[in-house]
Formats: sequence, structure tokens, C-alpha cells
Amino acid sequence: MLQKLLVANRGEIAVRVIRAARDLGIATVAVYSDADRDALHVQLADEAVHIGPPAAKKSYLNIANILKAAAETGADSVHPGYGFLAENAGFSDAVTAAGLVFVGPSGDAIRLMGDKVAARSAAHAAGVPVVPGSAGRIEGIAAARHVLTLTGFPVMIKAAAGGGGRGIRIATDLAEFEAAFPQAQAEALAAFGDGGLYMEKLIPRARHIEVQVLGDGVNAVHCFERECSLQRRRQKVWEEAPSRALSDRLRDQLCNSAVALARAVKYSGAGTVEYLYDDAADRFYFIEMNTRIQVEHPVTEMVTGIDLVAEMLRIAGGEPLRLRQSDITVTGHAIEVRINAEDPSRDFAPFPGTVGALRLPGGPGVRFDSMLYPGCVVPPFYDSLLGKLIVHAETREAALVRLQRALSELSIEGIKTTKPLFQALANDRHVMAGDFHTRWLEGWLERHASRLTPELEA
Amino acid sequence: MPQIQSPLPGTFYRSSSPDTPHFKADGDAVAVGDVIGLIEVMKSFHEVKSEVAGTGLRFVIDNEDPVMAGAVLAELD
Repeated sequence: MLQKLLVANRGEIAVRVIRAARDLGIATVAVYSDADRDALHVQLADEAVHIGPPAAKKSYLNIANILKAAAETGADSVHPGYGFLAENAGFSDAVTAAGLVFVGPSGDAIRLMGDKVAARSAAHAAGVPVVPGSAGRIEGIAAARHVLTLTGFPVMIKAAAGGGGRGIRIATDLAEFEAAFPQAQAEALAAFGDGGLYMEKLIPRARHIEVQVLGDGVNAVHCFERECSLQRRRQKVWEEAPSRALSDRLRDQLCNSAVALARAVKYSGAGTVEYLYDDAADRFYFIEMNTRIQVEHPVTEMVTGIDLVAEMLRIAGGEPLRLRQSDITVTGHAIEVRINAEDPSRDFAPFPGTVGALRLPGGPGVRFDSMLYPGCVVPPFYDSLLGKLIVHAETREAALVRLQRALSELSIEGIKTTKPLFQALANDRHVMAGDFHTRWLEGWLERHASRLTPELEA
Repeated sequence: MPQIQSPLPGTFYRSSSPDTPHFKADGDAVAVGDVIGLIEVMKSFHEVKSEVAGTGLRFVIDNEDPVMAGAVLAELD
């Protein structure tokens, strides 16, 4: 069992991890930059250590300062949260080399899944369907032309070292392809220092469905799927569980394939295997595996009753998986929306500032994970996520009504937020019918964004 | 003396990436509309365009320093 955990993060996820640790009787150490002296995670942890100036590079990404804070406080373990150093293999290695426990997979597992070509090969080897495309890195344009026979058009040309939507080009015919391939090579080399490319068939209308897994290095289980098709600029804004698009048969196949991959790579900790689901063809394809806890993990927690962060801490403490697959079931439906400090009526312009009065939603089936308190400062230096509103109800229909109810209770004075976006979406007939794909929201925003004006309460 | 102020709070950068040259060097002349740096606000980047013209540019904020909205970034003769 871990005794003292340093949480190498800030914001709502630092608060979330501190809560899970305290529930297990583990002492907690927060770290903070100059901009976060009064932040909620600093207030809630047993101890807090200053690690540098506001710029993330000098504080939350500063491995030397974080390890120094761990040594000074006698922490025996480090949880990276998400973002910042969570998928930095060198950080996992450095934590381990310092004699501490990294709450997450080994540096080698992070490296394997961080290389998109290697991850795709690992998935293919584990019997997980991958999007038709190149078997690995493509050596030159002649080989690339051959891959076109597998993918057809449109085709995506991706940088092996890319990710998060960066380093992707799309060609819709051969002429575009001939021009785009050498450009993509040069761009990948300039942007990532690695000109390696791979190619995948573009599935224009797909859902994003992902499977939560837990592994202890030997065994692995899944905690069913989440659907995260409502995205803007490839960033998820709304997530739910379960996906209403899947048949029971396909859900079994999907979830079992995620477990097969986790077992094949001897995965340890919480991870997420991401897929595209093509409704029209009723097929799913592996995209990538994220080797961390994800922002949207609470929807899985709400429908399974499992505390995923607590399970991560138990696994990191050396316990074998407590849950057998047959212990894990889904009850009802959960939806999460991301409350960001952004103005949706002005192209989601960031809106840092100081929070005035605050009224948080509550009551049955409502959870609000956030970094907010009345009077807190939302600094401009980090991402815009203020908190996540999660609702749970017996059915998806009831969850949508509960979401409306909870949104109407939420009031954050002094900051413009994305709340109006979710009030409109929860009332939209396509959303109510679950009729969307990963590009749907962007089209909807072109028509509706101008009326999503947040009220700015003084 | 003319000053260039930050329109937004965030982190100030003098170049578009660590590997590219600064938008402006110390001592440069600046015309109205010239980009002199970037402000990163919540992971989005915004160009800082000068609203004044002058010569002998002097930055009073270092690359990657935090700034508040309205903070003076640079001065001109």
C-alpha cells in the first residue's frame, strides 16, 4: 500500500486524485506554481510544495523540481493525472529511477503506445481490428502508392510522432495524394523531428467509442465503453456511457478486444483503448491507447460504481486486480459535459478571471468535479477546464432531463463558460436521438454558435 | 514614450516556436500592425500587434514571462 502520494498536476484532476488517495488513507502532497498558490488542490492536500513560476514548462512540466518536492516531503509515489507529464515515458522512468512508485504504466508501455505505428502493430498482433492502412512506417512514395490499394480515398497521411489531431493530412484523390505525401514528410520532420509517416483510410462518419481498462501487469479487465463523439477541433466536450449505438454483440467484441490488447502489452494501471465505430458498416477500428486516467473517467465510474482512481492507487501499491470481469456491470446511463472558461458565442475565446459567487448543482444522480470555489482565480496559463458536470439516471432520456436540471442550477459568476452550449445541446433533437458522429458538432456550431452567449453575472 | 501593451493575460513569447527567430530584435523599428510576439492564453495563441510606431524597440518583459492584460511588453523611442 502506498503511504504518501505526490500529485504532479493541478486543477480538477489534482483535486480528484487527492480525494481518492485520502479515501484510501494515503497522505497527499500537492505541487503548485506561483499562479496556483491559493488553488483548491493546494488547500485540500496534506502538504503542498511550490515548484516554480506560472509557465507549465517551468513548474508542472519541470521533472527535476517535482522529484525534489517528492524527496523533500518523503513521498513514496507520484500520480501524474492527465496532460502535463502523464504520458511522458521519461517521467515514468525518472520517478521509478528515484525509487518511487509511478501511478501508471512503465516508461516502456508509455513509449510503445505513444508511437502510433508501434501501437497499431501491437493492436493488430493482439487481434484488434485496425483501420485499413499501412502496416507500419512507410518507406517512400512508391510503397505509399501501394497502400492506397488497401485504403482507397479519402486517405489520411499521419505523422508517426504526431497525436492529438496534429500532423494529419487528407487526400481525396491521386493528384492530391502525390502533392500531399512529400509535404507531410517535410512537415513531420520539421514539427516532430521525425519524418516517419503512416496512412489510414478516412472514415468520414464515425463515432468515437473508447473502452476503459484496468490491468495489474498480468490480468486485465474492462469497465465497458464511453462514447465521446461530440467533439470540437478533435477535443471532446461531452461524453457518455454506455454508447447507444452498439449492439450487445458488438459491445462484447469491442470490450474484449481492448482487454486482449491490455493483456498483450502486460498493461498496468488504468488505460483507455480508443476506437472509431462506423455505424454504416457496423465495424469498429482501433485508433490508439491512452496510458493514463482520462478526463471523462467519471461517466464510467457512475455506471459501474467503480472508483477508477482508487483502483489505480491500489494497483500501483502492488495489489493484484480486485475486480473480476463478472463483477463489473453497467447500471443506467451517465453523461459528462466539460464546463470550460470559454465563450462559445465568440469562437470559444478563453476567459480567465476571478470567480465571484458560485452555485453548484447537486441532488440525486449529480456529480460536479471541479477546481472552483467562490473567489478563486482562474489563471490564463493552463487549460480552460473549470469542472465537469456528470449526471446519472436510469435511462439516457432521464439523464438528459437531469442534465438540463443540473445545468440550470449551476451558476459561476465572473467567468464566461461553455454552459450555454450544453443547455442547447441537451435540447437538440439529434443529440436527444443520439444521432451524431465526430464531425457533427462542428457543423452544428456553424449554425448555432452565435446564440450561445454566456450571461456574465457581476 | 510609446509603449506596446499586452491585450490579454497569459504567457508572453517573442517567437512562434522555440526554434524560430524572434518576431522583433532589440533595437528594431516597429510599424503599426507589426507582430511583436504571442500571448498564450489557456493553450491558445494570440498575436500581439503593435498599435504604435517607433524605433529602438526595448522589451521590458522576458520571453516566457507571465503577463497581465494591459502590462507593458515593450517600449519605443
